[in-house]
Amino acid sequence: MSLNYDQAVEKYEPTLGLEVHVELNTKSKMFCSCSTEFGGAPNTQTCPVCLGMPGALPVVNGKAIESTILIGLALNCSIAPFSRFARKNYFYPDMPKNFQTSQYDEPICVNGYLDVEIETDEGVKPFRVEIERVHMEEDTGKSLHVGGATGRIHGADYSLLDYNRAGIPLVEIVTKIVGGTGKYAPQVARAYVTELRDILRSLGVSDVKMEQGSMRCDVNLSLAPIGSGELGTRSETKNVNSLRSVERAVIGEVVRQSNRLEAGERIVQETRHFQEESGQTRSGRSKEQAEDYRYFPEPDLVPVVPDSAWIEELRATLPEKPSTRRARLQEEWSVPAKEMTSLVNAGLLDVVEETITIGADPTRARSWWLGEVSRLANEREVDPTTLITPAQVAEVISLIASGDLTDKLARQVVEGVIAGEGTPAEVISKRGLKVVSDDGALMAAIEAAIASQPDTAERVRGGNIPAAGALIGAVMKATGGQADAAKVRELLLKHLGQGE
Amino acid sequence: MTTIRSSASEMAAALASGETTSVELTEAHYAQIEKVDAQVHAFLYLDKEGALAQAADVDAKRKSGAELSPLAGIPLALKDVLTQKGIPTTCGSKMLEGWRPPYDSTVVSKLKAAGIVILGKTNMDEFAMGSSTENSAYGVTHNPWDLTRIPGGSGGGSSAALAAFEAPLAIGTDTGGSIRQPAAVTGTVGVKPTYGGVSRYGLIAFSSSLDQAGPCARTVLDAALLHEVIAGHDERDSTSINAPVPHVVKAAKKLDVKGMKIGVVKELQGEGFQSGVLSKFHEGLEELVAAGAELVEVSCPTFDYALAAYYLIAPSECSSNLARFDSMRYGIRVGDDGNRSAEEVMKLTRHEGFGPEVKRRIILGTYALSSGYYDAYYGSAQKVRTLLMRDFNAAFAQADVLVSPTAPTTAFKIGANDNDPLAMYLNDIATIPVNMAGIGGMSLPCGLAEEDGLPVGFQIMSPAMRDDLMYQVGGTLEAALLSKWGGPLLDKAPVLAGN
Repeated sequence: MSLNYDQAVEKYEPTLGLEVHVELNTKSKMFCSCSTEFGGAPNTQTCPVCLGMPGALPVVNGKAIESTILIGLALNCSIAPFSRFARKNYFYPDMPKNFQTSQYDEPICVNGYLDVEIETDEGVKPFRVEIERVHMEEDTGKSLHVGGATGRIHGADYSLLDYNRAGIPLVEIVTKIVGGTGKYAPQVARAYVTELRDILRSLGVSDVKMEQGSMRCDVNLSLAPIGSGELGTRSETKNVNSLRSVERAVIGEVVRQSNRLEAGERIVQETRHFQEESGQTRSGRSKEQAEDYRYFPEPDLVPVVPDSAWIEELRATLPEKPSTRRARLQEEWSVPAKEMTSLVNAGLLDVVEETITIGADPTRARSWWLGEVSRLANEREVDPTTLITPAQVAEVISLIASGDLTDKLARQVVEGVIAGEGTPAEVISKRGLKVVSDDGALMAAIEAAIASQPDTAERVRGGNIPAAGALIGAVMKATGGQADAAKVRELLLKHLGQGE
Repeated sequence: MTTIRSSASEMAAALASGETTSVELTEAHYAQIEKVDAQVHAFLYLDKEGALAQAADVDAKRKSGAELSPLAGIPLALKDVLTQKGIPTTCGSKMLEGWRPPYDSTVVSKLKAAGIVILGKTNMDEFAMGSSTENSAYGVTHNPWDLTRIPGGSGGGSSAALAAFEAPLAIGTDTGGSIRQPAAVTGTVGVKPTYGGVSRYGLIAFSSSLDQAGPCARTVLDAALLHEVIAGHDERDSTSINAPVPHVVKAAKKLDVKGMKIGVVKELQGEGFQSGVLSKFHEGLEELVAAGAELVEVSCPTFDYALAAYYLIAPSECSSNLARFDSMRYGIRVGDDGNRSAEEVMKLTRHEGFGPEVKRRIILGTYALSSGYYDAYYGSAQKVRTLLMRDFNAAFAQADVLVSPTAPTTAFKIGANDNDPLAMYLNDIATIPVNMAGIGGMSLPCGLAEEDGLPVGFQIMSPAMRDDLMYQVGGTLEAALLSKWGGPLLDKAPVLAGN
């Protein structure tokens, strides 16, 4: 008998630790002036420094330090008056110097926290996640292993190396041990990563796109029998590339580990890889024998000693906290909490706010972005915000309000805009999408419908109002959907002696 | 009449007066190289075409009346540890055989901008690890004073080129004495500037916190002129000092030490120092006293630990710096038969590409940095470094500059220390503290040891950022010794026969 999640958390207390890597969106790399643009032809964004050529030296990107300090401040950290880079030594072909320039025992930001809210059986409850450190490092290059069954280096025929990513600034945000979550560990993990993503986005320091890898999460998890007060052996799950996966990875590990423990087996300290399809984790590298990275202070760089006045200047520029902003908007728009969460999770808060600011009705603005635009974006597998602008959505909504468009027509307009046919006005004129509001034209169609379905018309005359639906449908069909259905209904019922 | 035996300043004057041209000078030096380098083996690569083009360019500019820097048109030998775009750069290692860097080091950019003519790349101990040039993968360099002896190291090629009149100027790099000790044993001048005084961009790292490029020449003034060309802040090197370069040329020309306090380091003249070295060193001290300086004895007790600490810090940094030589992006690749994994190819390449001394230091450094040993080794060594700086600060509170013999012995026979790395390491006992503290150090010739007739080096150490002080004392001492000897010490070296 194997335990399911609910049974597992009745017996075992999970302990979490979350490590989030974020690619900063600086224009140039961490230690050289190469571009950080995503998607360039392989090895075109490189120079002697990021290729680790003999003799080349790093110089710290000041903007990256500024972004990291902003992150630290937003996470309520202390900013170290003196911090240093360190070399993390290990060999791998996609790491040009065979050491990663990182920070070790002297990180730039320490001891912060992030408050999140989780839905519990007793309603929404706050939960504080404590932050151990925020530090800077450089990304590695990318390896593409060609041939072989697994796509991994072992068994590959050959490997291709692209160093465009080598040296892109990364910030690593590490939590302290997160205990006391009980069965809500998956929600806490997801809420933390979500909140963190929103903060980073509000700071404008990263694209925070988990699917593209600009934000990556490692989930550490261990179990101990409830009440034992112990800490179990942890696993470290990598490749967790979406908010949903964060939640699923925690659930998957709780179930896997609890069943091992139930079977009297021990938990191996190891790296595991999250499998998107199954929601389970696969064993990776064992960490039983601690890897020795031989850290030592980077002698090619001087210590980072930020001026305290500068830190205060940066603190003064911190934007409104995402949680505060959400609460404010939720109240202004009078939105249910659940729908607010959907908007946030879909990353649509900014565009919806902008659409409303232009003058659109809050309810309609939300429903257009979450509904039709998101649907079309899903079909195309792109971000909804790249398809259409808030101004265009607002324009469509205003045309509906003025009666110039029906909802159905409006959907066609939006589709046309997304298909690149121009502004809403241009799409309307090109496609001839106008509401038929001429009573004469409508009456002709109504009479034609009655003539073709005399029995139905008779039933309506006799008081069977719902039967009118078939006639209204025929009129809508005849007008190519360009009539206002409410108007048709009104005219039809009146004509059949049922109007008020 | 200017000859290849003239100083760089004399050559510069001859160029300015029109007595000779840079092309003539450059050709004369290539003729000398052709004549003697088969015996000396100072050079690993000659860029005759590039050098003559640069020389012709400077000559044309001079003819057109353009303003030129003081050393424009003067030939120079470049240690093979600095990158020069398109020119093979090996660091004396098989690992980098055939590698042509895609960029100029900052030092090379500055040399080129000053119109200096780079003749070629000089031999060195592999990755600058050694004190004799015997660790080069491309053969040993011979000391022009006695071809059976070592020219010092790691920059033996640069100093030998000066002593054999193959070049009037050279660039060296000094991590624990690699400029000063070769200068000492070849009877030439070598200067390690204050750490951060010269950009390390393009200097292939041995030990990043200790490496420093500097000028090599046959006179103190020539070294000063070259110093001012290569020094200065570089935004590509975070550790380079953002402050004005000390006026070393002016200082070298002062020829006055009246009232200056010269600190004689007690710990650097006892056991292990050859008697002829000590007696010539003392003669140098007497000249300084005669010129009006005051001698004070200073004690730097932690110097006794400097060598041990150095041999933890330098190998530690080197173990990390040399990790990049993995056959993936440049240099040689061994065993890539299409079946071996990247890891196996890396191993085979590093096995073949690195020589024994480099491997020894990588292993030593890897060990010293490893978890569980870090505090005892690397950590303790860093503490010694702090204590050394305190010793220097205390000594500089008593004296303007400090002095000692540069090396404990004169040039030893090639092969003499083959089986004894520790004996080899002891050569740097007097030079290492300077690197550990990041201050400036100079070696200039102070005579020939009685017992073997070989050159002895006199070391002058100056506080950080006060490189001018060692040039002032060095210039004065050189002038006094030249008048005593009746000419340059190198006049006493045997004339090398032509091929």
